[in-house]
Amino acid sequence: MKGYNFAYLDEQTKRMIRRSLLKAVAIPGHQVPFGSREMPLPYGWGTGGIQVTASVLGAGDVLKVIDQGADDTTNAVSIRRFFARTAGVRTTTVTTEATVIQTRHRIPETQLRENQIIVYQVPQPEPLYRLEPSRVETRRMHALSDYGLMHVKLYEDIARYGQISISYDYPVLVNHRYLMSPSPIPAFDNPKMHMMPALQLFGAGREKRIYAIPPWTEVRSLDFEDHPFRAINAPYPCGLCGATDSYLDEVITDDRGGRIFVCSDTDHCSERQAAGHVGADGWQDAAQ
Amino acid sequence: MAYVAVKGGERAINNAHAWLAEARRGDTAVSDLTLPQIENQLGRAVDRVMGEGSLYDRELAALAIKQAQGDLIEAAFLLRAYRTTLPRFAHSQPVDTASMLVERRISAVFKDLPGGQILGPTYDYTHRLLDFELAEVPVEVVAPMAAPDQAAMPRVPDILGEEGLIETNQQTEREPGDLTREPLTFPADRDVRLQALARGDEGFLLALGYSTQRGYGGSHPFAGEIRMGAVSIEIEPAELGFAIDIGDLVVTECQMVNQFKGSKTVPPQFTRGYGLVFGFSERKAMSMALVDRAMRAAELGEETTAPAQNIEFVLYHSDNIEATGFVEHLKLPHYVDFQSELQNIRRMREEVARTAEQAKVDEATMVLAPASGSHPVDVPDPARASDQAMASRLTRVPDPARVADPARVSDPARITNPVKVSDPARAAE
Repeated sequence: MKGYNFAYLDEQTKRMIRRSLLKAVAIPGHQVPFGSREMPLPYGWGTGGIQVTASVLGAGDVLKVIDQGADDTTNAVSIRRFFARTAGVRTTTVTTEATVIQTRHRIPETQLRENQIIVYQVPQPEPLYRLEPSRVETRRMHALSDYGLMHVKLYEDIARYGQISISYDYPVLVNHRYLMSPSPIPAFDNPKMHMMPALQLFGAGREKRIYAIPPWTEVRSLDFEDHPFRAINAPYPCGLCGATDSYLDEVITDDRGGRIFVCSDTDHCSERQAAGHVGADGWQDAAQ
Repeated sequence: MAYVAVKGGERAINNAHAWLAEARRGDTAVSDLTLPQIENQLGRAVDRVMGEGSLYDRELAALAIKQAQGDLIEAAFLLRAYRTTLPRFAHSQPVDTASMLVERRISAVFKDLPGGQILGPTYDYTHRLLDFELAEVPVEVVAPMAAPDQAAMPRVPDILGEEGLIETNQQTEREPGDLTREPLTFPADRDVRLQALARGDEGFLLALGYSTQRGYGGSHPFAGEIRMGAVSIEIEPAELGFAIDIGDLVVTECQMVNQFKGSKTVPPQFTRGYGLVFGFSERKAMSMALVDRAMRAAELGEETTAPAQNIEFVLYHSDNIEATGFVEHLKLPHYVDFQSELQNIRRMREEVARTAEQAKVDEATMVLAPASGSHPVDVPDPARASDQAMASRLTRVPDPARVADPARVSDPARITNPVKVSDPARAAE
C-alpha cells in the first residue's frame, strides 16, 4: 500500500515485537510487556493480534482470519482486508491452506500442523484479573506461582453450583508453570491447545502484553481430581453438516422457539458439506 | 424457515461506510464545512483533539473533527493512529513556560503579582445566556487591545520557591519515559504519569479531580497560577551544537499549590500539582494538576485510599482511546462465548432442578416413614414423586425451551445442597 510499510508497521517496530515474541516463546505462558502501537483499528478489536500477525507475516504467507470461528464475520472481514491492503498477502478461508491464522474466540476444528502459526486476539491477558485487579499484585503472584486464589475460586464454584461455572476464557496452566488466559475461546477449545503442533501466539494490544505457547507444549485446564475438566457444547449434531464433534452456534430461526445448532467453524462445516455430509436441517433445506 | 449461514460481511461493510460518508456530508443544500472554519471557529474542540490525540497540528485536528462528524474522541483516535506512523527526527528542549507569550494568566493566591493578572479570552464571568444574535447575521467584533506588557511574568510557584515555601522540583538527567514507545510499568514515575494525564480524557480527569475536592483524597489545592499562551519549541541538531527555534505552540499550564504538613525530615511546605496541555484547555489543565497531586500521596507519605490516589487505577483508565475501543468492542460478535454461557447456564439449571426434585422426594419419604398408615390421605404418593424426579432427569437432554421454563426451576441462588456443601472458607483450611 502506497505510503505504508509492508504489513503497516515499520520494520523497527516489528523487530521490537519479534523480540518480545522470542522471549514469550522462551517462557511459555508468561506475559511479556511490549511497546504496543496505536493502530488504525480500535483497541479491543484485535490490535494485539494484528501487531503480532504483522510482525510474523512474510510476503509468501497465506493468511486466514476468523472471528467466532467464521471467516465472514464483519471484524474478520475487516482485519483480512487490512492485511490484503497493507501487505498484499494471499488470504484464504481454508484452514489447511493457511500458514498464519489470526483468530478471535475460537480454535479451528481442523487439527493445526507444525508449520502453521495461530495468532489469538486477547482482550485481557491477565487470567487473575477478576480476582485481583492490580497488575502489580498479579505480577507478583505469577512470579511466585501463587495461584491459590484461582483454585479457591474454582473450588467455591463447585461448592455453590456443584460444578465449575467458567464456560469460556477457562484458565490453563502452561508447561506446569504459568497460569494463562487462553483468550475468550470456549472451554470446548481448551484441549486443542495441549500439545498443539502449531506455534500459538497471543497479542493483547490495549493491555500491551504478548505471550506464547511453543509447539508441543503441555497445556492443562485447571481442575480437581474429583471434578475433572469438562468441555461444554450443545448436545446436538450440526444442523447443516451433521458433525457431532464440532463446537456449535445456536441460531434462532423464528419467534416461536425455533432454533438450530450449526458449526461455529464455517470452513469446517462447508468442507464437510462439500464432502457429502448433511445434517437434519440440511435435509429439510434440500427437500424445500 | 430454513437457515442459511450469513454471508456478505464485506459488502455490508462497504455499504455501511458509503452511508456514513453520505450522512457525514448531510444536506447538500448546506455548504460544506471547511477546515479553516473548524480550526478558527471550533478552536476549543481542535485543542481538545490535539491534546488527547497527542499531536499538535491544528489543521489535521480540524480534518479529524470533520471526518468524525464532531465526535471528539473519534477525532482524537484518528489523530493518534496517524501520529504513530510519523518518523521521529528530533527531541525538543524542555519547553520554558516562564517565557511564554502570555494571553491569559491568573493567580488565585496573590491579588497582584509581577506581570499582573490577565483574564484573556475567557468564558469566566460570562452570563450563560444563549446569544440569539449569534444565530443571525454575523457581527464583526473587535476587542480593544492594550500594548503588550514587556515586564517579566514569573510563575507563581517560582515566587514561592524563592522563600523556600514550596517543594523544589526534582531534577533528573534521566531521559523522560515515553508511553507511546514503552508499555506502562509500575512503579510509574511522575514523568510518565504526567504524560498519561496530558493524553488522558478530559472528562475522566475532571471527574477524578472533582472527587478529590469532595473528600476522596483531598489535598487542599489553591490555583497558584494558570497561564495560557504561545511557547517556542527548540531543538538542538547534533551537527549544530546549539538550539534553534522551530516554531510555537499554544499551551495551558496550571500549577496547583497544595498544603503539606511536613514530616520528620521535611519542614511544613507547599507541594505542587502540575498540569500542562496543548491549546486552551483550562478545565483539563486544572483537573490534571489536581490528579497529579493526588497521585503523589504515597510518595509524600499520605494515606492512599481514594481512587484519584491510586496510580494504577488512574493510569490504566485515563486513556479514552483505549477505553472507547474496549467498551465499544462489546458490540463485536460474542456468539461463541455467549453460546458456551447458554449451555453452561442450562446445565446448571438442570442441576438445580434435579436437586429440588430430589429434595421433594426426600421430604416425601421422610414424612411417609414415621407416619406409616396413619394419614394415608395427606401423604404424597412416593411413586408419583419419583416419577417426577425421573421426568426432570429426562429434561436434561433435547428441548432447550422446556429446560429454560422458569416455572420448573426455583431460584438457583437459594438452592444449595446442605449435604454436599460445606463452608468453603473452612474447607480451604
